[in-house]
Amino acid sequence: MRRALALLPVALFVLVLAGFMVGLRRDPAILPSMLIGKPLPAFALAPLRPGEPGFASAELTGEPVLLNVFASWCGPCKEEHPVLLRLKAEGVKIAGLDWKEDAADGARWLAANGDPYVRAGNDASGRTGIDLGVSGVPETFVLDRRGRVRYRQVGAITPEVWSRTIAPLMAKLEAES
Amino acid sequence: MRRLALIAAAALALAGPALAVTPDEQLRDPAQEARARALSQELRCLVCQNQSIDDSAAPLAHDLRVILRERIAAGDSDRQAVDYLVARYGDFVLLKPPFQPDTWALWLGPLAVLLLGGAGVAVYMRGRAARPESPLSVADEAEAARLLAADKGD
Repeated sequence: MRRALALLPVALFVLVLAGFMVGLRRDPAILPSMLIGKPLPAFALAPLRPGEPGFASAELTGEPVLLNVFASWCGPCKEEHPVLLRLKAEGVKIAGLDWKEDAADGARWLAANGDPYVRAGNDASGRTGIDLGVSGVPETFVLDRRGRVRYRQVGAITPEVWSRTIAPLMAKLEAES
Repeated sequence: MRRLALIAAAALALAGPALAVTPDEQLRDPAQEARARALSQELRCLVCQNQSIDDSAAPLAHDLRVILRERIAAGDSDRQAVDYLVARYGDFVLLKPPFQPDTWALWLGPLAVLLLGGAGVAVYMRGRAARPESPLSVADEAEAARLLAADKGD
């Protein structure tokens, strides 16, 4: 009994250490999304590409789709962009939300760097992004057929993020009825 | 020299605290503005996470300050205005976490550690007090008496 009692502080220390080991490795910038399992808040985005309408949240149903929040002023978006272009070539449907800038700037950026989006809209005020709980760009929401958010990627979709996390999820969502 | 000191003093007197809140954000009604200020000091900036949105110069913090003021101007209670942001960004926007099951460890942990430590100390102290004093053996007693006697003899 005494021995066990003497070991208690050591056991507690190990427990606290394990807690820190797990906790301190987490990226504090990655917050849980409030939208997981829920439909997107209703929105209707202004046009981004010249001569083309924006899109509404209701249009993102029927098949699994990615909703990518980006901006021309965003550094990591440049890193992510080639991945999105590759995904487009592979047939992945991506909708683009151009956040907190003039549509002209976003459109020019897409014209210069390639356009991976099936639908594109502009959110100059940033309000739609805030409704989605966006805290920075890029962020990407994975939506199922019914338009519910199933996953949120904070930061760029790297080839590794795609193959490890999002591609398997998309395959699963494709299989869902 | 004196003039320089005067100028420096005047400059210091004029230098107010740098505010992230810009005049164009502020509400016309001073009471509402005061409420908004108080609330925004309790809300976390999502970009620079250890600042409140009241302190932060980040564009998103500006947007959230404006939204908070819009809600208040539209007649929201303090609670409703804060809940509007919590619905979007989660409890993380609250600089003071709420007391609920998943934060019990956070709020009660320090108290639990204190109680545990206190109990440990109590058990230790009792163990020490309860230990009986060992009486000296007859031989030791004789030795002690001899030493004391020798001491007195000096």
